[in-house]
Amino acid sequence: MSEKIIEQIVANVLQGRRDQSDEGIDEGYDGTPGVTELVEEALEQGIPVEKVLAEGLSHGMTLVGEKYESGEYFIPDMLAAAEAVGAAMDIMEPYLVKDGGQGSKGKIVMATVEKDQHDIGKNLVTIMLKGAGYAVVDLGVNVPASRIVEVVEKEKAGLLGLSALLDTTMPFMKQTIEELENKNLKDNVRVMIGGAPTNEDFAREIGADAHGKDAFAAVKIADQFL
Amino acid sequence: MSREGVNVAKPYQRMTREQVELVHRTSLELLEKPGVLVYSQEAVALLSDAGARVTQTREGEYDAWWVSIPSSLVQKALESVPSKVVLGARNPENQIVMDARGYHVYFGSGSETNFWLDVKPETFVSQENPENQRVFPAITRRRGTVADLCKSAHLSDNLEHLDFFIRNVNIQDPDINEGNKDVNKFFASLNNITKHVMGGLTDFGQMDHVVHMAEIIAGGREELLKNPVISFITSVIKSPLQVVDETAEKLIKVARLGLPVVISSSPQGGSTAPIDEAGMVAQVNAEVLTGIVINQLAQPGAPVIYGAVPVRARMDDLHDMYGVPEFCYYNTSCAQMARFYEVPCYSTAGVGDAKVPGIQAAAEKMFTHAVVPRSAPDIVHYAFGLLEKTNPFCPEQAVLDNHHIGMVKFLYREPRVDESEMERVKEIIEEVMQTPHRLYSRYTRRLLRSGGIFPTYPFEGEGDDQDETLLKAHEKVQEIMDRPRQHLSEAICREIYAQVPGLLPRLNPYQV
Ligand code: B12
Repeated sequence: MSEKIIEQIVANVLQGRRDQSDEGIDEGYDGTPGVTELVEEALEQGIPVEKVLAEGLSHGMTLVGEKYESGEYFIPDMLAAAEAVGAAMDIMEPYLVKDGGQGSKGKIVMATVEKDQHDIGKNLVTIMLKGAGYAVVDLGVNVPASRIVEVVEKEKAGLLGLSALLDTTMPFMKQTIEELENKNLKDNVRVMIGGAPTNEDFAREIGADAHGKDAFAAVKIADQFL
Repeated sequence: MSREGVNVAKPYQRMTREQVELVHRTSLELLEKPGVLVYSQEAVALLSDAGARVTQTREGEYDAWWVSIPSSLVQKALESVPSKVVLGARNPENQIVMDARGYHVYFGSGSETNFWLDVKPETFVSQENPENQRVFPAITRRRGTVADLCKSAHLSDNLEHLDFFIRNVNIQDPDINEGNKDVNKFFASLNNITKHVMGGLTDFGQMDHVVHMAEIIAGGREELLKNPVISFITSVIKSPLQVVDETAEKLIKVARLGLPVVISSSPQGGSTAPIDEAGMVAQVNAEVLTGIVINQLAQPGAPVIYGAVPVRARMDDLHDMYGVPEFCYYNTSCAQMARFYEVPCYSTAGVGDAKVPGIQAAAEKMFTHAVVPRSAPDIVHYAFGLLEKTNPFCPEQAVLDNHHIGMVKFLYREPRVDESEMERVKEIIEEVMQTPHRLYSRYTRRLLRSGGIFPTYPFEGEGDDQDETLLKAHEKVQEIMDRPRQHLSEAICREIYAQVPGLLPRLNPYQV
């Protein structure tokens, strides 16, 4: 019984079906429960959270990643799967904490810096990080440095992700890092940056800990730091 | 006298009349429900005073308002909107008359790329056979500067098929900052080109200075309104269906100044808009209508341009994609919507994913260059020198695009099939049949001189085993760069420098 539902979770992660209303990729899933419903059911049945996480969600995501690598899957497939897993993680969080774990793999704050409205890339990164099991506080766009620092402090985030798509807003990344330093928070939080005009050199120059060229790089950075 | 562009007298109609009306109705329904999410208090005030239903909400760090726009408001805006917009120019012969009821299509450059590609011929030696030495173009990529922008404006002044200029280089010099960027980018453009200059603003605070500069060039406020040497692009919409705060303020201000403004909305099918043509066109149309409504509420009758820039998302990284068939569907259908409303249309063609000039670039660019103008939008931007989804600009590519656009302009010439033409050719055929060699070549000579025969590809190489296109384009760029620049007069420059703060002294050609 427990094996069956875990298998279904994996299959639905592969289909990227967050819930039963989702059409998925292949025929034949219409109206059947999606990842969130299946996870709820599994937990009700008393299947250990660790098992749901490791053999269901994480295993599913690994398979999705392999399919992307091999060219069978595209970004929309990855995103849908990551969104499904992210939504399931929200359901699992209280169980994981109850079991003495820390819940998510770690806390990350994401923001597009001040005067910048671009968020397609940042949203992609956020979804992928959530799908990888991180708790992400996404502050949205046009967020002033002071507000970012305030939230990092309040949330005790281990990683901060900043996005900028304009050369004129890149300096706000530097400003944010300076404010972290001024408040003596820089030792508690790592900073990763990204967005088309940024690069490794710029990250080094402003004292960021890492630069990520895409959402996959962001997950690797998070895995390394958290 | 104004620029000619190309007359596409029988525009391609991708959608039937019923489909156009269906898109229109759907857009109106979308504007009512879900409505638009507006972040600008000023825009919300305008809309709610005019009768839109408004509900306050909170989005991320900011206040926002759900605004349900009734169709009557859209209808009213469409009634006051002018169907003719003049884009002025330093040289009045370079003016463009955008007429939504007409069929002239004009091509321009754009948009702000971060990188400039330098092409340099270098000699390479074959490892297999050191005797075999070849010259190939080596390409290097570096960040753009204000000097590059001056060069690009000068180049654009000399490209005969480029009808208007949108700056294509983002100026990233160490002494350029948010506070002086706009004045310098507009001055660098206006001081090196005699054609129309269209552009966006980085900083709202600079708008007055930029407008004042344009007034000095045009010869006063009244003259500027008659001959608007500049116009603005506002990305007031953030897809899906959101109105950005600062940009809305810019839009309202430009409307009140009476200067032409493009309402630019650039959703990506598959990420910020449905990938289906129906959904994309209905959404982007609703978005542009929102901008037009705000513009007309701010100033009824203000000159405004329907700027749909719908693109498709790339499925392997979700970046924007321009050189694909869906892009052509979206853009030709949007041009049809603009024509339906009789609002001048700003459309897009000529970008792709190719990172450098070459076979991929040619295929992607030529594809959209040839297709999009067929629907007779008034202006087509992004058309010169852009590569890799608008990230780099390459002057050699611009020279190639110029020729390719010349081909497109030629392609859409009207057929000359009428009684008098037939009389003429009948005579010719009879004559030729009486000659010993039965050759028609002598009858090409007049046409050849009058531009009636399309020239041989000017970038063809001499060798028979190497493509030399880019090397030839490089020679052309060099030749154009050596031509004298068409700067503003010394008196005008003096006045601008005295009255407009923040200009870099090195941009003044008369600086001693
Ligand atoms: C879509 C878009 C918009 C949309 C934004 C919609 C949205 N919801 O984000 C709208 C229309 C609102 C917009 C507005 C403007 N834009 Co814009 N925009 C773009 C465009 C076409 C695509 C950007 C994009 O979403 N790419 C796809 C995503 C997936 O890629 P990405 O953002 O790079 O993210 C990936 C990586 O970089 C990385 N990443 C991103 N963030 C982070 C963060 C971390 C922590 C990590 C690790 C990784 C990471 O991972 C992501 C996924 O792989 C680019 C052109 C281009 N080709 O880049 C111009 C571009 C960025 N815009 C530009 C400009 C100039 C503007 C405007 C000023 C006006 C204008 N000309 O239209 C306004 C500014 C508004 C403002 N104040 O911000 C210029 C910028 C030039 C410059 N000055 O630097 C560009 C380059 C276009 C151009 N050539 O003119 N724009």
